[in-house]
Amino acid sequence: MQMSFKTFKGGVHPGDFKSATEKKPVVPAKPPAVAIIPLSQHIGAPCEPLVAVGDEVKMGQKVGDSKGFVSAPVHSSVSGKVIKIEACNSALGRPVQAVYIENDFQDTWHEDVQPNPNWQQLSTDELKKLIREGGIVGMGGATFPTHVKVSPPPGQVIEYVLVNAAECEPYLTADHRAMLERPEDIITGLQIVMKVVNAPKGMIGIEDNKPDAVEILKKAAANFPDIEVHALHTKYPQGAEKQLIKVFTNREVPSGGLPSMVGCVVQNPGTCIAIADMVRFGKPLIERNVTITGSGIMEPKNMLVRVGTPLEEVIEQCGGFKSNIRKMVLGGPMMGFSQPGPENQPVTKGTSGILCLTEQDVQIYDIRQCIKCAKCVDVCPVSIMPLFIGSSVEQGMYDKAEAYNAMDCIECGCCTYICPSKRPLVQWIRMSKGDIAARRAAAAAKK
Amino acid sequence: MDRKLVVSSSPHLKTTESVRSVMIDVLVALFPAALAGVIFFGAPALITMVLTTISAMVTEAIILRQKNIFGDGSAAVAGLLLAMVLPPAVPWWLAVIGGITAIAIGKQVFGGIGNNIFNPALVARAILMASWASHMTTWVRPVDLATAATPLALGQKAFSFINLFVGAVPGSIGETSTFALILGAGWLFYKGHITWRIPGGFIGTVFVMGFLFGGYGGVLPMISAGLFHVLAGGVMLGALFMATDMVTSPVTAKGQLIFGIGCGMLTMLIRLFGAFPEGVMFAILMMNALTPLIDNKTLPRKYGEVAK
Repeated sequence: MQMSFKTFKGGVHPGDFKSATEKKPVVPAKPPAVAIIPLSQHIGAPCEPLVAVGDEVKMGQKVGDSKGFVSAPVHSSVSGKVIKIEACNSALGRPVQAVYIENDFQDTWHEDVQPNPNWQQLSTDELKKLIREGGIVGMGGATFPTHVKVSPPPGQVIEYVLVNAAECEPYLTADHRAMLERPEDIITGLQIVMKVVNAPKGMIGIEDNKPDAVEILKKAAANFPDIEVHALHTKYPQGAEKQLIKVFTNREVPSGGLPSMVGCVVQNPGTCIAIADMVRFGKPLIERNVTITGSGIMEPKNMLVRVGTPLEEVIEQCGGFKSNIRKMVLGGPMMGFSQPGPENQPVTKGTSGILCLTEQDVQIYDIRQCIKCAKCVDVCPVSIMPLFIGSSVEQGMYDKAEAYNAMDCIECGCCTYICPSKRPLVQWIRMSKGDIAARRAAAAAKK
Repeated sequence: MDRKLVVSSSPHLKTTESVRSVMIDVLVALFPAALAGVIFFGAPALITMVLTTISAMVTEAIILRQKNIFGDGSAAVAGLLLAMVLPPAVPWWLAVIGGITAIAIGKQVFGGIGNNIFNPALVARAILMASWASHMTTWVRPVDLATAATPLALGQKAFSFINLFVGAVPGSIGETSTFALILGAGWLFYKGHITWRIPGGFIGTVFVMGFLFGGYGGVLPMISAGLFHVLAGGVMLGALFMATDMVTSPVTAKGQLIFGIGCGMLTMLIRLFGAFPEGVMFAILMMNALTPLIDNKTLPRKYGEVAK
């Protein structure tokens, strides 16, 4: 039966632009000639390399790890030889140290990659260890290490594991295809997470513009009374973690807090599949679904790409860029990061899409005066005041930006999307966040 | 390969709506009421509208040194709105001075679009009212354009509700036809440029105060008094098009409702107990002044706000 959920406040309807790839099955991309494995593909401490130049490595072998708790190891996605350890480009613009591995095209698995035939008998701690050793991170784009997410502080009881299968970013269809092609694995991954955090209930939320995925997952979940599948209203940012929690539980994550504080853990469907692969087959996170799409690519596709495959090779397998391409975005159009070019940069654990836009789709506008139309206030899903933060930042008054709750911004970009004066509101809010954080740190140091 | 890629902060997708498209929507929404004005008050109304609109646009173009006389469209909106609140038969020079005043004093001295505190059209009207009171209070009947008094001056019995609704009564060019105003405002609601909060608060308060203080002797006369105050004079035009001016009204949901209620209360206090028969203009201007204060006192509860 269809349960009706309260929707979250605000949000926008940017149009979904998914038709180019939503019907295209995921095809495996060619393994790279040289895999570039960045040592930091997650939020948290970067890894130290575990291999040296000249070492032979095998597929699935750990090539980087860190002692930090909030961190995740990285693995080789090919077998071959380490040719150099150097900086490569990253989505955020900062260069990152990476292990370059020349592929011998033998795909020899490392001996550590062993299936767990009795995975259903594993204890919570063993499962957590597997998730960490598999280098699993949130694959929706935030890349928060999954073993940290499933380790709530003592005293916090987790009631719900939510699968964020909204895929509310326009253009992207990687999760949609995963749901159609691997529904059982998503359920298995969800069950594993439910076991780890001891949650009695699992819920999967899918935007109702993907009725086929809703149907297939409902079928897959039919025999599991503790798992529910729900169609959600198609509205951006339906897949924002805090908004999804509000929709499912009507609870709000306290300002500055984490979902576990209101009894929730949220996972992306791609992450669920990665967890299932690791726990059952011992296969670490070395490949992921990527949607390559947009007006600027010759053949839009959904591909299963090995982590470390240079962006250029992926783009080449999609027929290359169109000659009039003007923007390349990693991730979706609402929260993705535009890049100066594809050179010396690989697909990482967080690359959900490569969006290529031509001249017509690159919207460049002059910034005009705010006309106080209040549309940004109406669409803001966290009810802050984007227009006042924007004008405060414009005048360098960061303390005022703080008073208008800049730090609570989830950076979904709805305000900038809707603004008729084309003001870069979310960009200004990000600027103020940096300044506010620095001032708070300075104030704390003084005490 | 020689590629030049644009690197910018997300989002990479934006609405095609612009200040200009919003202003064009407002002009479209004003069209039914403007047409009703021409139908009822003929050529003088049309001439007044053209003069205020063009003088406003020219003034803005000169001050901003812009070649495109339409610009972002906001001057045309201010000019046309000014004509809407003028008596049909004002002299041509008064219309021109009004258009110049609305832009120069109502808007540009504050720093232009987005920065003005008061509704530019109403600033101009207030200045014209103070300067040429007799021209500004000479009203004419529809069609034959003979001099006549307005419904608010004459009282409830003078005109039927049908005439008040259609607009066949003496009054300002754009204020008389409730029907045309609702039709036009419907477009603004549909496009999402205005919400129910300001008009709802405004009109609701006028009705309630008319109901409570305007009629005697039973429920029916009280309802009819409430309705009369809503339909007569500038309440509909003020509530739907003047108080909803984006720049000069609050941005918070609660603030918009308070603003609307405040406009309604002040309008009725002036109408019932003040020296003027009509109070919409002063009510809105006074509430405009309170807008920043209202916004700051009605900030919404943010997501996940921890109770203190």
